[in-house]
Amino acid sequence: MTTEELLHLAQEEKENQEKHECCIRVCTAAGCLSAQSNLILDALKEEVKKQGLEEKCLVKSVGCMGPCCAGPVVYIEPDRVMYAQVQPSDVPEIVQSLGKTPVERLNYSMQTPFFTSQRKIVLENCGLIDPENIHDYILADGYGALLHVLTQSSPPEVIDEVVRSGLRGRGGAGYPTGLKWSTVAKAHEEKKYVVCNADEGDPGAFMDRSILESDPHRVLEGMTIAAYAAGASHGFVYVRAEYPLAIKRLQIAIKQAERNGFLGNKICGTPFNFDIEVRLGAGAFVCGEETALIASIEGKRGMPRPRPPYPAQEGVWGYPTLINNVETYANVAPIIRNGADWFTEIGTEKSKGTKVFALAGRVQNTGLIEVEMGTSLRKIVYDIGGGIPGEAEYKAVQTGGPSGGCIPKEHLDTPVDYESLTQLGSIMGSGGMIVMDGRSCMVDVAKFFMDFCVSESCGKCVPCRVGTAQMYDLLHKITCGKATTDDLDLLETLCDLVKNTSLCGLGQTAPNPVISTLRYFRGEYENHINSRHCEAGVCKIKQAAEVKP
Amino acid sequence: MRTDFTKPAPPSDDKRWKIIGATMRRHGNQTDALIETLHTVQETFGYLDEQAFQFISATLRIPLSQIYGVATFYHFFNMKPRGEHTCVICMGTACYIKGAPAILEAIESEYGVKPGETSKDGKVSVLTARCIGACGLAPAVVFDGEIAGGVTPEDAVKRIGRWKK
Repeated sequence: MTTEELLHLAQEEKENQEKHECCIRVCTAAGCLSAQSNLILDALKEEVKKQGLEEKCLVKSVGCMGPCCAGPVVYIEPDRVMYAQVQPSDVPEIVQSLGKTPVERLNYSMQTPFFTSQRKIVLENCGLIDPENIHDYILADGYGALLHVLTQSSPPEVIDEVVRSGLRGRGGAGYPTGLKWSTVAKAHEEKKYVVCNADEGDPGAFMDRSILESDPHRVLEGMTIAAYAAGASHGFVYVRAEYPLAIKRLQIAIKQAERNGFLGNKICGTPFNFDIEVRLGAGAFVCGEETALIASIEGKRGMPRPRPPYPAQEGVWGYPTLINNVETYANVAPIIRNGADWFTEIGTEKSKGTKVFALAGRVQNTGLIEVEMGTSLRKIVYDIGGGIPGEAEYKAVQTGGPSGGCIPKEHLDTPVDYESLTQLGSIMGSGGMIVMDGRSCMVDVAKFFMDFCVSESCGKCVPCRVGTAQMYDLLHKITCGKATTDDLDLLETLCDLVKNTSLCGLGQTAPNPVISTLRYFRGEYENHINSRHCEAGVCKIKQAAEVKP
Repeated sequence: MRTDFTKPAPPSDDKRWKIIGATMRRHGNQTDALIETLHTVQETFGYLDEQAFQFISATLRIPLSQIYGVATFYHFFNMKPRGEHTCVICMGTACYIKGAPAILEAIESEYGVKPGETSKDGKVSVLTARCIGACGLAPAVVFDGEIAGGVTPEDAVKRIGRWKK
């Protein structure tokens, strides 16, 4: 494929779509699909046919538009109207109102901060294009960056562009992406691999799932550019088996890309070869750790090994391997297309670009959001999230899943970037953001995460295997009202020990939820111990009066 | 090194073994096909058993112990047959703080089935998931592969009740 051919394809698709006066987009990502948006899609298609509007009106299945709590969501262009919680019975009315006054009771205003305060780069196509149609992606400038790179840049130039952009790993640790790429590029081996980490194990996170379901081609394009820069010829996408729809759409996308010459041999008529294979995870959180992920790709138990050697030197089957997260790859094409300078203007000094968050928990608008780095937590929770529903008050926001921590009210104005969250004792993580109100007991939350770590610890190193279990027992004791202040001291000692002596990231970060809740909500722990009282009423502590003396 | 490798015969003439064989062949009968193959077995038969392990072991030339090790390491694989229907309760953070534990309690007190168990009549298996990624809909429950959002304990009990009839 040449640039002219690509432009021609885009033009063709454009003409094809412009034949229609209006376009009805129905979200068919997992969130809305669970509210039966597939029925809405079918009903809309039928109704359009019935009213004889087939020529004028295009009904399209698209990915996530963001407000998952309002599903099924339907968006109408050029009317610029969004309908929420659409029922099949509403369909005739919607079709009749096309180009006229919108159906008021279903109207979901797009002039709210939920939409206006976001900045979309990674999600720019989500909710606009049909994820199962490569032409739709090409129309949205898709594969242009790949073609540009293959025909006009050398691999070092591509790496230089990524280095200059300041892009950092979106999987949570924030390692500079360009540096990783250049390490793999420098390795002199006959074979190299590129791996996309889509093993989104953090409970409370669904960014990667939504990106794969809504815009899979963008991830493939990012991986292919990475492979060209690093000199790899084979790639894997390691995706959770729990995401059947994401897997299906990814496989369709790979087939379409192969058919159109964006994957396979002699990509776009250049000597560059690259193919991508999907590998399924099988429900092990530790496989998000890169060395464990490699073991799992090789068909073994997903157990991490000590680093160095880093995967960039010795990865899949001992060959240099480049591992990045889904969102990191999704950032590559826009960086190449718009240039590194454009990207560096977005975000904060050390954290460039945007970050996608999965906003959930006790907040009005739950869903998928993307904000510029440096946006304050207050803006995310109160403007975009719409605040806490009902009478309850904000208590904490949990970021980073079981490796992260809880951030209390007094730090709501902190700008969100890698450094500031680490300073607060949490981490950026992959982007799960759970808002909690007074109904959540922080000791119970810490216990919840510890329970998670106990069952997800792979058992290879002692501090993690034994330490997490001991910490869980202590937390359980506290929530039962049977603990003493000595137990609290012991818990703190254990946190320190497990953090400093575990083999991999899972163990090293497992104490974080405990440490951060102890830092900000120590009073709650002490209340459980000294006055056997749980403020939130979550822990069922037998009062002294009930216990026989 | 053994070179006189002949293709092992499937455990029975059940046609489904052909699907399993095809998966392994697609990966060149290499050892890294193990996890993919286990996925296929679970998809086709519903669970993993020793017969399947023997067949995979002979074809991919991986020791049985190693296969057992992998199958038990990953939570996704189960080695017991499931009930007719499955109900997976998401225990991710968002679901947890929005009341997933209450759903579990309600199901247990109504039907006496704990997470990971199957009801005595073999109709319903109750499972928990670490996170199904439907946090925007918390608390979420998957009834026979269909995700339902904003589930109350009463809803869950009612839906299971329909299966029990």
